[in-house]
Amino acid sequence: MESLSILIGGRAGDGIDQASLLIGKLLNQLGFRIYIYRDYPSLIRGGHTFSIVRAAREKLGAHRQTVDFICALNQDCLDNHRDKIHGRTVVLYDSDVVKGTGLALPLTSMVKAAGGPEIVRNTAMLGGLAKALGLPWEKFEKVARENLKKETEINIQLARKGYNAAETFYKIEEQKKPVLPLVTGNEALALGLASAGLDAYISYPMTPSSTILHFLAQRAEALNMKVIHPESELAVIMMALGFAYAGQKTAVGTSGGGFCLMTEGLSFAGMAELPMVIVLGQRPGPSTGLPTYSSQTELMFALWAGQGEFTRLIVAPGDAEEAYYWGGVALRLAWKYQLPAIILTDKNIAEGTYSFDLKNIKRFPEEQSLFWDGSGEYKRYLATASGISPLAFPGEAGATIKVNSYEHEEDGVTTEDQRITRKMQEKRLRKGVALLKEIDELEAVKVYGKQAARTAVVCWGSTKHLCLEAAEKLEVRVVMPLVLSPLPLTQLKKALQGVAQIIAVEDNATAQLAQLLKGAGIKVDAVILTYDGRPETVEQLEERIARGMK
Amino acid sequence: MTQWCPGCGNFAILKVMQEVLAELQAEGTLLENIVLVSGIGQHAKIVDYLKVNSFYSLHGRAVAAAEGIKLANPKLKVIVFVGDGDSYGEGLEHLIFAAKRNIDLTVVVHDNRVYALTTGQYTPTSPLGYKGRSTPTGTHEHPLNPLELLLAAGATYLARGYNARTEQLKGLIKEAILHPGFALIDLLQVCVTFYNQYDHYNQRVYELTGHNPADYNEALSKIKEWDYNSDAKIALGKFYQVERSTFDSFFSGGDTVDRGQLIKTLLERMV
Repeated sequence: MESLSILIGGRAGDGIDQASLLIGKLLNQLGFRIYIYRDYPSLIRGGHTFSIVRAAREKLGAHRQTVDFICALNQDCLDNHRDKIHGRTVVLYDSDVVKGTGLALPLTSMVKAAGGPEIVRNTAMLGGLAKALGLPWEKFEKVARENLKKETEINIQLARKGYNAAETFYKIEEQKKPVLPLVTGNEALALGLASAGLDAYISYPMTPSSTILHFLAQRAEALNMKVIHPESELAVIMMALGFAYAGQKTAVGTSGGGFCLMTEGLSFAGMAELPMVIVLGQRPGPSTGLPTYSSQTELMFALWAGQGEFTRLIVAPGDAEEAYYWGGVALRLAWKYQLPAIILTDKNIAEGTYSFDLKNIKRFPEEQSLFWDGSGEYKRYLATASGISPLAFPGEAGATIKVNSYEHEEDGVTTEDQRITRKMQEKRLRKGVALLKEIDELEAVKVYGKQAARTAVVCWGSTKHLCLEAAEKLEVRVVMPLVLSPLPLTQLKKALQGVAQIIAVEDNATAQLAQLLKGAGIKVDAVILTYDGRPETVEQLEERIARGMK
Repeated sequence: MTQWCPGCGNFAILKVMQEVLAELQAEGTLLENIVLVSGIGQHAKIVDYLKVNSFYSLHGRAVAAAEGIKLANPKLKVIVFVGDGDSYGEGLEHLIFAAKRNIDLTVVVHDNRVYALTTGQYTPTSPLGYKGRSTPTGTHEHPLNPLELLLAAGATYLARGYNARTEQLKGLIKEAILHPGFALIDLLQVCVTFYNQYDHYNQRVYELTGHNPADYNEALSKIKEWDYNSDAKIALGKFYQVERSTFDSFFSGGDTVDRGQLIKTLLERMV
């Protein structure tokens, strides 16, 4: 895929995040499709942080081995990324603090002379980059003014100095394509949930899910949504259960460590049949692991978390558009079937920025909760053929609504009776059968790449785009399940028809998807695993798949 | 069928609650707007024995669930029954934060100062030296004074009741329910099987009179009179009551919005 890659890096606190988004927005305005990968250590100031902005004609969500531009605000940026330099890579660097070769820009002294705060170095660098890319100053200034709302004038002034000090290396061509919004996976997920009718979002901050909390808290009033940050994840999940009981659609967000604390509440949701959505943003573990990096290590945990046996829905979107859609689907189905739904994301999706097209997104399943019709005595756990009991909420006259963490009778009162215990356990599991039938009507498994290929790469979550790009060159099939529980086995088998070799690509050390497939009778022949917290490059994956191919 | 030991303090509390609910209903509160929430323990069975909306929760987590219910629908009256091990032990963080928020809940702590459901281990309010199955040579830690802790945390209504003083208890529970804010009653509820304190309490309890519940320092001084350990007089009644803005009042909900249009507008700004 023809594309342009720009790496910008500096210390944490140098404004790399904002600068990379501005680069993305600048190229976005030219009609390119954008993907931004962010890499930062778990510290507020210092260290080394960088972003890679990629722009191409078609949508993407991975990065390649080399970059076309490096914008170095510190020495580490240059030293750490020498392997990304190819023959025509242009290196822009703050020559006051970085020793290098390429386009030397004395940014620190420029900023000092103008009396600006040190952080404005980032905008001065962007001015230089705009010139290097061959963009007219006016184009840059327009985007910068729209996005730099604080200290705009000093930013623009220094960007101009950077622009004037640089040279042109490239002539970027405007694409004749509509300009799309740039949205992180977390923002897309938040909007998808909101669109599907979310009433409340409750969360304790934890990377990489915190930005959902920030995004929704900032828009709570406009969306007429209750956004709450309580004392702990234990409180989060219990509050959410209370909201669900009172009739409000609620989601919570966390990472593995917070999800550990939520498991007692998750199990309660299974027993009390209270719907809720849990966003589980994966990052490397065990324990605190690498808090600001990415992994796909919680599939098995999500599948089996909580005591006892109960039905749960688990979905795993692979980019921002899928996060929007499957977030909405998870909320709708959680309410229809009155069960917990888990959305597995990871840091790469959560904090990665993607071009986002609302027109690409299908309609969610209709809202189909079963409500009590008001006749006869209300029974919260009426054992129906589908297992779904009619809903009523406190405040409704004539209904006594009792939910219970103990085994219970149809009216919600505690029981230890053997016959009723069996009956209620079967009722709860029956919902899973109905749920799977409904999932089979959705596109729960996607097939990409060369459809007739005898080799299939199976993947889930954020490795989607990496696999898609690698599959282009290798001409393999890519099969990606979006629902992982209940497993859409019929669709999976259909997607894998005619395949002689299956290779699983995962960001974990134990091949969790491969294990799940094996349990369902699908034998994976080879696994390609990454577990250092960083996404692979397309070339690295191409090579590993090629080596594994028979 | 109620399943408590003969002589259990919970019987009296159940009867008091039946009367409180009947009175509230007679005075115009719609029963469907009442939700009872319980933790796990002998106390928690009370929700099974009352035909009112209920949420039979988890050990320690009743208060957090109750907060969710109240925030989802602020017009509901939410009454929480918890145990002392349950709420002063496993669920203490939720209790302190609910008080800090002054969320409009009524928390009734069945404080029998022993784990009854799990057969007699010590709790956060058991006295120093209490001999239970997990502390056969006696505890080596002092009890918490829960009312002192909750006063510091920001509770706006604090009282102590006793299951053998049912008329007073009824008045306190009703008053706590009608109090707009976080109300907690530490209810001396006697466990006849594992820690029978009837004689001890009967000799020491007295009713608070001439006390100014609006005065923080006076409330603190009365609350500290008995520290759940020393052999002091035990005051029953209302220690503290003030009015302060409640957390739930900030979440009463606005007008419905066209989410579809709003999301489109938000996305347009993200180019």
